Amino acid sequence: MSHPPVTAQTACRYRAFLAGLLSILLTGCSQTPISFLDPQGPVATAQRHQFGLIIALTSIVVLPVLILTPWIVIRYRYGAQSAYRPRWGFSKLADIAIWGIPFLVVVVLATVAWRSTLALDPYRPIQGDQKTEPLRVQVVGFDWKWLFIYPDQGIATVNELVVPAHRPLALELTSASVMQGFFIPALGSQIDVMNRMVTQLHLEADHTGEFPGKNMQYNGKGFSHQRFVTRVVDEQTFHNFVAHTGEGGMTLDARMFDRLMAQNTGKTLAQSLARADVGSNNDGDGKGRGDDAGRLRFGHLPDDLFNDIVGHVSPDWASIPVASTGKANDASSSQEARP
Amino acid sequence: MNHWAEWLLGRLDWSALPFWDAIVDPTTKNIVNAIIASGAGAMVILGGLIAIGVLTWTRRWRWLWSEWLTSPDHKKIGIMFIVIALVMLARAVIEAVFMRLQQAVGLGGGFLTAEHFGQLFTTHGTIMVFFMAMPFLTGIINYVMPLQIGTRDLSFPVMNSVSLGLTAAGAALVMVSLILAPFSTGGWSGYPSFTESAANPGAGVDYWIWAVTLSTLSSTLTGINFAVTIYKKRAPGMSWFRLPLFTWTALCTAILMIFGMPPLTVATALLALDRYLDFHFFTADLGGNMMNYVNLFWAFGHPEVYILILPAFGIFSEIFSTFSGKKLYGYGALVIATMAIAVLSFTVWLHHFFTMGQSAHINAIFGIATMLIGIPTGVKVYDWMLTMFRGRIRFAVPMIYAVGFIILFAIGGLTGIILAVPSVDYQIHNSLFLVAHFHNMLIPGLLFGMLGGTNFWFPKAFGFRLEERWGRRAALCWIVGFMLAFFPLYALGVLGMPRRSAAFFEPAYLPWTLAAAVGALIILLAMLLLLIQLWVSIRDRDTNRVPAGDPWDGRSLEWSVSAPPPEYNFPVIPEVHSRDAYMRQKENGRGAHPRPDEYTDIVMPANSAMGPIMAATGFLIAFGLTWYEWWLVAAAGIVSLIALVARGYVRQRTRTIPAQTVRREHEAWLERVSRIRPVSRREEQTPANQGLAMSPLEGAIQ
Ligand code: HEM
Ligand SMILES: [Cu+2]
Ligand SMILES: [Cu+2]
Repeated sequence: MSHPPVTAQTACRYRAFLAGLLSILLTGCSQTPISFLDPQGPVATAQRHQFGLIIALTSIVVLPVLILTPWIVIRYRYGAQSAYRPRWGFSKLADIAIWGIPFLVVVVLATVAWRSTLALDPYRPIQGDQKTEPLRVQVVGFDWKWLFIYPDQGIATVNELVVPAHRPLALELTSASVMQGFFIPALGSQIDVMNRMVTQLHLEADHTGEFPGKNMQYNGKGFSHQRFVTRVVDEQTFHNFVAHTGEGGMTLDARMFDRLMAQNTGKTLAQSLARADVGSNNDGDGKGRGDDAGRLRFGHLPDDLFNDIVGHVSPDWASIPVASTGKANDASSSQEARP
Repeated sequence: MNHWAEWLLGRLDWSALPFWDAIVDPTTKNIVNAIIASGAGAMVILGGLIAIGVLTWTRRWRWLWSEWLTSPDHKKIGIMFIVIALVMLARAVIEAVFMRLQQAVGLGGGFLTAEHFGQLFTTHGTIMVFFMAMPFLTGIINYVMPLQIGTRDLSFPVMNSVSLGLTAAGAALVMVSLILAPFSTGGWSGYPSFTESAANPGAGVDYWIWAVTLSTLSSTLTGINFAVTIYKKRAPGMSWFRLPLFTWTALCTAILMIFGMPPLTVATALLALDRYLDFHFFTADLGGNMMNYVNLFWAFGHPEVYILILPAFGIFSEIFSTFSGKKLYGYGALVIATMAIAVLSFTVWLHHFFTMGQSAHINAIFGIATMLIGIPTGVKVYDWMLTMFRGRIRFAVPMIYAVGFIILFAIGGLTGIILAVPSVDYQIHNSLFLVAHFHNMLIPGLLFGMLGGTNFWFPKAFGFRLEERWGRRAALCWIVGFMLAFFPLYALGVLGMPRRSAAFFEPAYLPWTLAAAVGALIILLAMLLLLIQLWVSIRDRDTNRVPAGDPWDGRSLEWSVSAPPPEYNFPVIPEVHSRDAYMRQKENGRGAHPRPDEYTDIVMPANSAMGPIMAATGFLIAFGLTWYEWWLVAAAGIVSLIALVARGYVRQRTRTIPAQTVRREHEAWLERVSRIRPVSRREEQTPANQGLAMSPLEGAIQ
């Protein structure tokens, strides 16, 4: 358990190659990495490795069934005149084998499972390559969109998680509604989010790019649309993103919060905002901060919003810093941020 | 006036009609969905009308009442359970096909509304588990187990009839929800707080709660009934280690039912308290916690999957041994493995929610416990292979299902182990990988078991064999259809597609969802072939009769009696001297059908209306609760209470069949059997097979 997950991928180039082949086969020509077969972070990489390992180990017991059953069935079919022992019903040797081999395999599997589960515990912080502080993000699942609060940066986004590559991510998660499942397949584990409860998840991205994120736990009509994009960017772009959002983002005030609490998808929310022209932030594209994927950005929000949502208390709206109506060039920044 | 309607109908109003949305908001999608939903509702009404019409036309009401509905005969109750299962299977498969079609065209949309899709997976899952699988296995155990242990009925025949009634009431409730919609969208697991009234105030969740509650009550009673019967009513000499393996699995299943069902009854009852009386067991606020529900649900849910699979294991054990013409390999190990699985199944429930944020140590321990179950399960598979090894394998229809099962099940076992590793489960939990896995266990395991068992015991129950050619086609379609419908889901799951998705946005999913849809259509074809098989079999029944009752050269006692068996099963209770009791009897000099020295009067349970009364009142109470029609709840509740008390005063609870009658019937049958030519296994699937197997001494199996 002293192994951080990054070391789990050692010395299995060959299998990694096979898995890579498999993933190409599976994902076809899709551009964005949508699965842990095309891993973009240490957790997903380790999971792909374990996936292959478990299959290989279990095959020791399963493959003989797949091979021997057809053989037995053909060889001992009625009329084949092979040996026939109608009263034979026990063999010590065979029994030792059929209990013993699965048992040994399970012992090995159990060891693997124990170690990998402790290593990939979602609650376990990831030690990055550099001695960088993890980026803290607080995630709130709404019906049917995701809110990402960056407590240290004082900004928040909807349906768009922007993070720097090679920097560990420390997520705290809750739900403002019913249970949901937060999941970015290309990066690693999923974790449930629940009302009044906080769960934790640690991830890291090795590569820049855009990876889809989703909700895995059915929560009503908008479930399939509760998607977000994870944009992994370089450090500089991330700084720009933070700065621009801080200046030009919308204000997450009580009215906006009510809109978030209402049952809608990010897209319909963004559209309704564009229609109502809410948020003092017409930045020229006429859509507010929302776009078709329902992405929104907030530069001003109450302190401690996450904990207030968890605790079911009304956020301290008075704590919102007065909006510096800087229109800024957020639209262009989000343009250049895209790889 | 309005007040009156409200009092009478509760919250039932026009909006419950399946086409209401299309009237209020006639978008294309709503209209398409209304047509589908109304079509389904119309099918229910039509089906009901046809049944009523036929019964009236042929003047069968009295017959239905006295021969079937009020009968305490375990054989008839078993058959009625299976009829319910088959009807519900048809509905649930059609729903599954709609879901597969939706996902086939689901890139960015599809033709079903999200709401409708939610109802489909909820009813499909709920029906398949509670109103297809449970009645099916309950029916088969009901029919076969008493015959195998050499008794004339279950310990509590009237309670058996009540169990049937409760299941029927639950199934009827789910059917009625097609006409007076909607059903829940909370999935078969019904997790709060999604199913709390804050998020889902409508009638849907309440339908689900009461349907499931009726089913769990029924199964608890059934479990008690089966267990007591096996403990107390075995024939003389039928010691524990002489029990046929199917009976062993029936016992383990019964024990699991007794301990596994109540957690769900409690969970749904607590959820009902939340919804009806504003309690806060599982709500987000005021101290409620949905995690308690999740634990309760899976404290039921995991034993449940073994309730579903163990009887199928038992059936396959009988099939492998019978159609290999060979003793079961490793009987003792199989018994131990079955027991081990039953006990271990209570120790792994947490693997259904590795992602809920508990400590890694807990996850790891439950993951390892789950893998431990793999050991006895693996042993069973190898025991079956060794049973076939050096046998003489005949490919009758049950054997095709069994061979398909053993190979596909091994693959399902592999994916089960993958899911059991928590760190990997973090990737595939709640994805279609999971859906593929449990269907991989439930279709080749449970469903093939039930279909194989039906082909196996049908001639016993109805006196003629099921037609083989159509049966074989159906079995092959099931196997191929299953592979095509579910193997792609493994890929989709690994690619991160969530279960319960009405739509998706990754083009990479499309080829797989299309393939799965083709598979689902082949499964639909398999259903059709089953129907044709049944039709052809009934048409040709006179050529396929097996009056002597032993068409497969069977090994256990059920094959020693006529087909169909007399209502008292055994004219004289047999005495058992060994395992494979009937095979041993055939091998020894005494012959297949020894003439008893003397007959005695037989006391059988008398008919009772308790079953139908409980069915009717159970349904009405559930319906009233769902729609807030309190007068109905009260009235039906009072009637059922009165019936319960009145039952205590019934004096005429048994009926005696005089010894002469038994003698006359039995001798007539023996007479008939004596004119039948015994056949070797070569002629098993021909009309020459009239149910009399050639003695092993004469080379029954070449
Ligand atoms: C006969 C062919 C069958 C087909 C084509 C089929 C298809 C499906 C589909 C498409 C789903 C929804 C998957 C999703 O969540 O996206 C589903 C869910 C499910 N099926 Fe089946 N199924 C079949 C048989 C069975 C059987 C035999 C059982 C059980 C005995 C079963 C139990 C379930 C359950 C429990 C669910 C989960 C429902 C939920 O999400 O709450 N199915 N099935
Ligand atoms: Cu929790
Ligand atoms: Cu389980």
